[in-house]
Amino acid sequence: MEAILSCQGLTKLYGMKPALSDFTYDFAKGRIVGLLGPNGSGKTTLLKLAAGLLTPTGGSVRVCGMEPGVETKKHVSFLPERNYLPTGMRVRETIDFFSDFYADFQLDKAAEMLRDLNIRPEDKISAMSKGTREKMQLALVMSRRAELYLLDEPIGGVDPAARDYILNTIIRNYNEDATLVLSTHLIHDIETVFDDVVLIGGGRAVLAGSVDSIRETHGKSIDALFREVFRC
Amino acid sequence: MTWIITADRPVYLQLIEQMELAITAGEYRAGGKLPSVRELAAEASVNPNTMQRAMQELEARGLVKTQRTAGRTITEDETMIQTLRKRKAKEQIEQFWAAMQKLGFTRDETLSMLQNEKEGA
Repeated sequence: MEAILSCQGLTKLYGMKPALSDFTYDFAKGRIVGLLGPNGSGKTTLLKLAAGLLTPTGGSVRVCGMEPGVETKKHVSFLPERNYLPTGMRVRETIDFFSDFYADFQLDKAAEMLRDLNIRPEDKISAMSKGTREKMQLALVMSRRAELYLLDEPIGGVDPAARDYILNTIIRNYNEDATLVLSTHLIHDIETVFDDVVLIGGGRAVLAGSVDSIRETHGKSIDALFREVFRC
Repeated sequence: MTWIITADRPVYLQLIEQMELAITAGEYRAGGKLPSVRELAAEASVNPNTMQRAMQELEARGLVKTQRTAGRTITEDETMIQTLRKRKAKEQIEQFWAAMQKLGFTRDETLSMLQNEKEGA
């Protein structure tokens, strides 16, 4: 198994507080992986470490065998949990900006997705609703031909119809050699889309495996298992 | 076609069962062409690798064939489809017996109830 993202004993402290402690997992090439965990379990920290936005306190993280940095950012398409689109721009300008910035950006794909989502090139970012901005960001991130997609809560704020479209977009568009890591706590809607899931709790990998093997072993859905593992 | 994936069992098994049903129901005709794996996966909102696994299993069972140029097609072997129909029917009957037994009816009671149904009582 070839790992595109490899974490070994990965640890991140915020002050004294561990957000991720001794997290070890290899994300295989060509898989759609669900990163599932309750609030504050370390999902966002892990994705930010892989995207090179944070540096580890201990352990190691490798993307395509390299430490996250300028070189790996060419291969990684990261969707942060928060809004980062410049509010002063229009959709067209934002697309041009992305296209200038990333060599692997596919203009035709972006145009197609935005058309499907009823987002017009002349729309202003500042006039968009929260959900529309999320859709727009996802379309931009998925328009890159990256090797690793890191999506932090991409379906949290959008309506069910848009959620279906987004899942469909992921299924239809992601290329077979790429790996897609998606963090969420809305497991029910999306678990059949994953190859593998990693349950993360208290900064550690609690349980990991392929969706069907987990269903086979435990006789229940990932959603039900999640509720059991993380019962409050 | 409409896909319904339930929570309790592996997804690929459910995909196989539902494809079999679609074939016996004539939704996909004998010898007819199947959409691509990715298309089917999107339709069912499942992972393409899972759909691929289901298709490979259907191929191993002989219900689906890979054509070198034309993607996947349903088998042209009508007898095979008939056999599958009978197997599916048997499964339904067994489930029915089990459900009636759970409700506390014996086989004979169930049979006479069925007879009454048939006579339109």
